[in-house]
Amino acid sequence: MQSGKKNQNSEATGWLMAFPATAIIGLFIIVPFLLGFYFAFTNQRFISPNPTEYVGTSNFHQLLDLGVLTLEPERDTATQEIKKDAAGALTYPTVRSLTRNNPDMPYFNGMREWFSWHSGDNIKVVVARDVVFMKAIVNTFIFVLVVAPLQGGIALLLALMINQKLPGINFFRTIYFMPVVVSIVVVSLLWRFIYSGDNGLLNALLGFFTFGAFKPVDWLGNPATALPSIIAMSIWQAVGFHMVIWLSGLQTIPVSLYEASDIEGATSWQKFRFVTWPGLRNTAILVLVVITMQAFTLFSQVAVMTQGGPVDSTQTIVFQAVQRGYAKQDIATGSAISVILFALVITISLIQRYLTRESNT
Amino acid sequence: MSTPTTSLKPSAWRYVPLVLVALIFVFPLEFMIMSSLKPSEQLLADSNSFRAFLPVGDISLNNYVAAFARAPVALFLFNSVFITATTVALALFFCSVAAFSFVFLQWRGRDTIMTVLLTTLVIPIEIIAVPLLLLVNQLPWVGLHGFSTGWLNSYQVQIIPFSADALTVYLFVQYFKDLPKELIEAARIEGASWWQIYYKVIMPLAGPVTATAAILKFLAMYNQFLWPLMVTQAEEYRPVMVGLQYFFQLNIAWGEVMAYLTLITVPVLIFYLLLQRAFIASIASTGIKG
Repeated sequence: MQSGKKNQNSEATGWLMAFPATAIIGLFIIVPFLLGFYFAFTNQRFISPNPTEYVGTSNFHQLLDLGVLTLEPERDTATQEIKKDAAGALTYPTVRSLTRNNPDMPYFNGMREWFSWHSGDNIKVVVARDVVFMKAIVNTFIFVLVVAPLQGGIALLLALMINQKLPGINFFRTIYFMPVVVSIVVVSLLWRFIYSGDNGLLNALLGFFTFGAFKPVDWLGNPATALPSIIAMSIWQAVGFHMVIWLSGLQTIPVSLYEASDIEGATSWQKFRFVTWPGLRNTAILVLVVITMQAFTLFSQVAVMTQGGPVDSTQTIVFQAVQRGYAKQDIATGSAISVILFALVITISLIQRYLTRESNT
Repeated sequence: MSTPTTSLKPSAWRYVPLVLVALIFVFPLEFMIMSSLKPSEQLLADSNSFRAFLPVGDISLNNYVAAFARAPVALFLFNSVFITATTVALALFFCSVAAFSFVFLQWRGRDTIMTVLLTTLVIPIEIIAVPLLLLVNQLPWVGLHGFSTGWLNSYQVQIIPFSADALTVYLFVQYFKDLPKELIEAARIEGASWWQIYYKVIMPLAGPVTATAAILKFLAMYNQFLWPLMVTQAEEYRPVMVGLQYFFQLNIAWGEVMAYLTLITVPVLIFYLLLQRAFIASIASTGIKG
């Protein structure tokens, strides 16, 4: 029971004590977060002689508009017969002829080809207003969808290895965790050298272990291998972090359960399947959510290793946000990208939580 | 847990996978340190063989000398240490005192404010970086040279926005919640003020959580890249991670790059190896949520 005077005292002191943290988080996290939503609907630039104007959803249209064009084979204007070129192949109008100053299709004006496929004699072309951003979204999703299960799985495997009762096991735990404390920027640079096409360490090692049968690959210079290379390196750097989280989950499982299953004559796999895994459900949700959140913000690796290339194969959402918002000083588009990213992160983590909950029942 | 085997050393084979995995984690870092001691030409030639991992050939500290000549390395190191240390100290104070207030004091709006602050855990810096850049460019500052507007190219732009964060508040709140309330009651009856209780009763008990929060904040700050990259066009205020750019002009001198990487990484690694239990415990404690 406190007296009235003490309560008054606690009211003022309570406020005062919470004030610095509240003010800082409010001003530097909450305010910019809300400003981002506001800027996303304006034409705000970093420095501009013109006043900022409300532009509605046009930034989002610029980034996200998609369309499908059907290219029909060109026909002879007189006979309506399908024309063929000298080699006997069908000829098609260019995408550009349909999307540049075409009064019949104002929506498609300025759009560019993203990808296409053949459908009978026709070609279907998916066009986007911002092809680079589309690629950034797809790459980010690939990164998240590969890294989340792979990194989570490898981390669990390492945690199970480290959870053995062996003399000196802590030494290995220390080693596996080591890359986590190293900056991702340092790691990226180091691996840029390891991945290098001509003098790269990885090529040399692969060549050695295959007795020279392996042909050197320019890992970061090839659109097919650049993103997988970044994925592998990112897992190498961060897997120890999640190993430790799994490990703390493993250590909450009562030893008595293992003893009981030993008495029942359970195999190692059965022990994992029926004792370890059910005991790790909460940890699994946490690991997946944390990896997904981190994976969505992929930036440093790309900035240091590839700058989004080759041919946009490593563009990511955050890299694009920085390119527009910072390099091109287009705060509005950068903010719109941030809003899209936030929407994705929140949606995915809600879906993930829902799915992991569901499998619980 | 024991597996019956007939071999003479029953547990020796269990180390084989452990060692193989350890090599994967060690070799890149070992390669970095070894390469920092070799001239660039030898470094490139060695990377075709296992010599890459060995201190062989023309070993010297020349790369380190050259790195210091190429860029103001000492300045970058100072900046990083200064920014990191100041931010960690401020964050520990601001967040622990706020958590203390949230857990032990009664005041109007407390629960709402705490909930809002902790919700910002889901907002990574990458999402707010662009609008924050515009915001800090318009903030006023009173410094040694008087009044000015715009925080770009300064220490405060790298320190103040990070001097409180939801994770640190959260860690302290969780820890304080488990402390016995009787401690507070007893001190109140003796007439201690809230501030006295904070620094004489509670903080002396908060060693473990303070270590955890300090380590996590230290790693986040020292290794930060995106934000300092955006706000430090001027060399004067650049931290080590942004300073890397100096080594990528025209022909990359890989020996110097490796020396610089070693220089900025090895102190952290030593720090980690000395305090590895605390480091690992700090990550584990972020995992014990549900």
